[in-house]
Amino acid sequence: MDILSDLLFNYTLRTVALGAAILGLVSGALGSFAVLRRQSLLGDAISHAALPGVVIAYMLTGSKSPLVLLLGAAAAGLLGTLLMMGITRYTRIKEDSALGIILSAFFGFGLMLLTFLQQNPQARQAGLNTFLFGQAATLLMRDVMVMAAFGGGALALMALFWKEFKLLSFDADFAASLGLPVRLLDVLLTGLLVVAIVIGLQAVGVVLMSAMIVAPAAAARQWTDRLGWMVALAALFGAFAGVVGATISSLGRGLSTGPVVVLVASAIVLFSLFFAANRGLLWARLRQTRRPLALIEAGGGRR
Amino acid sequence: MSSAQLEIQLIAVVVAVACALPGVFLVLRRMAMLSDAISHTVLLGIVLAFFVTQSLESPLLIFGAAAMGLITVALVEMLHKTQLVRQDAAIGLVFPALFSLAVILISRFASGVHLDVDAVLLGELAFAPFERLTVLGLELPRSLAVMVGILLLNILFIGLFYKELKLATFDSNLAAALGFSPALIHYGLMGVVSVTAVGAFDAVGSVLVVALMIAPAAAAYLLTDNLPRMLALAAGIGAASAISGYWLARALDANIAGAMATMTGLLFLLAFVFAPERGIVAIARRRQRQKWAFAQAALAIHLLNHEGTAVAAVECSAAHLQDHLRWEAAFAAQVLERAQKGQIISRENGLLRLTENGRSLAEQALVY
Repeated sequence: MDILSDLLFNYTLRTVALGAAILGLVSGALGSFAVLRRQSLLGDAISHAALPGVVIAYMLTGSKSPLVLLLGAAAAGLLGTLLMMGITRYTRIKEDSALGIILSAFFGFGLMLLTFLQQNPQARQAGLNTFLFGQAATLLMRDVMVMAAFGGGALALMALFWKEFKLLSFDADFAASLGLPVRLLDVLLTGLLVVAIVIGLQAVGVVLMSAMIVAPAAAARQWTDRLGWMVALAALFGAFAGVVGATISSLGRGLSTGPVVVLVASAIVLFSLFFAANRGLLWARLRQTRRPLALIEAGGGRR
Repeated sequence: MSSAQLEIQLIAVVVAVACALPGVFLVLRRMAMLSDAISHTVLLGIVLAFFVTQSLESPLLIFGAAAMGLITVALVEMLHKTQLVRQDAAIGLVFPALFSLAVILISRFASGVHLDVDAVLLGELAFAPFERLTVLGLELPRSLAVMVGILLLNILFIGLFYKELKLATFDSNLAAALGFSPALIHYGLMGVVSVTAVGAFDAVGSVLVVALMIAPAAAAYLLTDNLPRMLALAAGIGAASAISGYWLARALDANIAGAMATMTGLLFLLAFVFAPERGIVAIARRRQRQKWAFAQAALAIHLLNHEGTAVAAVECSAAHLQDHLRWEAAFAAQVLERAQKGQIISRENGLLRLTENGRSLAEQALVY
């Protein structure tokens, strides 16, 4: 019960858990679309590509306010994504290579700028470093407010364009034949994904943010065939992983929040892969061992 | 240039070439993102091997890490084979989990040791010359000795299995039919990628490993259709980014690995924009050329159709093109000007006439 009362009354833990819950909720919901559209690794590329945006936003404004840094991150993430779309559209280079190039070149560029800033003693980039690995423990209530505002906006837009995004995810050609602006919707949906990723960067960091896009959605996919349920479940799993991960990491030294949250999310995936109704591996195995009996019975009946 | 500077550049070039060679096959086989996964999960291999050996110098670390690279690939494939998740999702699930595990193990049990996550991701090439090793009576930086070994291994692997790799890459069905095991080639390549990632990541960090494996190979892919040439170009572009990145980092006093990754991106961007035939400038110019060529052929066919007929006076006037071919006036004027310059048509008293050239152009266009 101590943990429960800590969650409610300990300011730091409450803030961290709330932040992790918001990021899990938003990235779970929007990650569902990414997973369905075979863009699971896009999150990895976007989160890396956001780094130079954070640094440049700081260099231009001299401010470390979360709003400024998030806007910079979102701009760079979106630019990276558009470049990637351009590379796959105009050349024979496939998506995986385009992702790898954007991911590593943007991140390297951000790293270079970050270390360049470091020489200037006035501009110790302490606040910026957290974006690399994430430091959920440093989350303040104002950070969480910004996360909630951006995440809420992204979810509202998702709800507003629900039908269009659904069509885009399952049958883009049909969507185009109906006269929907497919390219524009694609950019909008990807933009929302950028928002989901960017609000999580400060908490779980560049490297692990991609897992928060994929894991809740992949787990939710095992339980349902309906998009609405999948998005809701993924949001629930994401938020659950956030809260549980934040709580566990508060229990011991050396348990950084980001990795723990990712491990909790991965455990949910593993559980779902085995035990999900219908699709789960366990039920498939059971069906397989029962089938011969059923066949014998059926065969015997016919004879 | 001091000898330390020279050594750093030498290490960087060797790393770049060693990464670019297997990178070519990753790009061609559409497995680029596996290098990202492997370059992260080898950290777990290093940590686990460290727990066993209790030493950061042990060569066992490289084996442990390389084995973890192969385990990553196997796990991704296992997950994919359940048909419950797609391959991209499988990659996205496996490597963050293994990486998280490594980060927690390090911070909980190995925090006193020189094994911090920052160095792993970002590398610190500037310190590479300080760790030295004596090989065959020569005193070399440790990473240089290791990377030269790995480079030779990569060259040997690609040299020995060149035919198999080529066949498995471009026609895996034929390779299987001829009795080569695509799985064996696949895991062989992944083993090479893993070993390279481990060695390189010690020197330059995991992010630069991805940059050096993918970007130079992708740039080379835009420049040539020939596999040996692509291998050579990728190695050259990798080496060029390594050296230019070093000097960029020096000029800015910034992280060397970051600057090198930036340069791989910039060189790729150059290829993307300016590559002959496949760059976007070349594509735009080709489209432009095709647009005019098509318009002129359409004009020639139109004139050929109405040549010498009763309605020729109307049909073969410049003003009529706007009605007949639905061309804007300005566009029509430009087509006519180009056609006249190209000696496809001539103008007489406001009437358009085909030249001999134009007639054969129209006839040819009609045949195809």
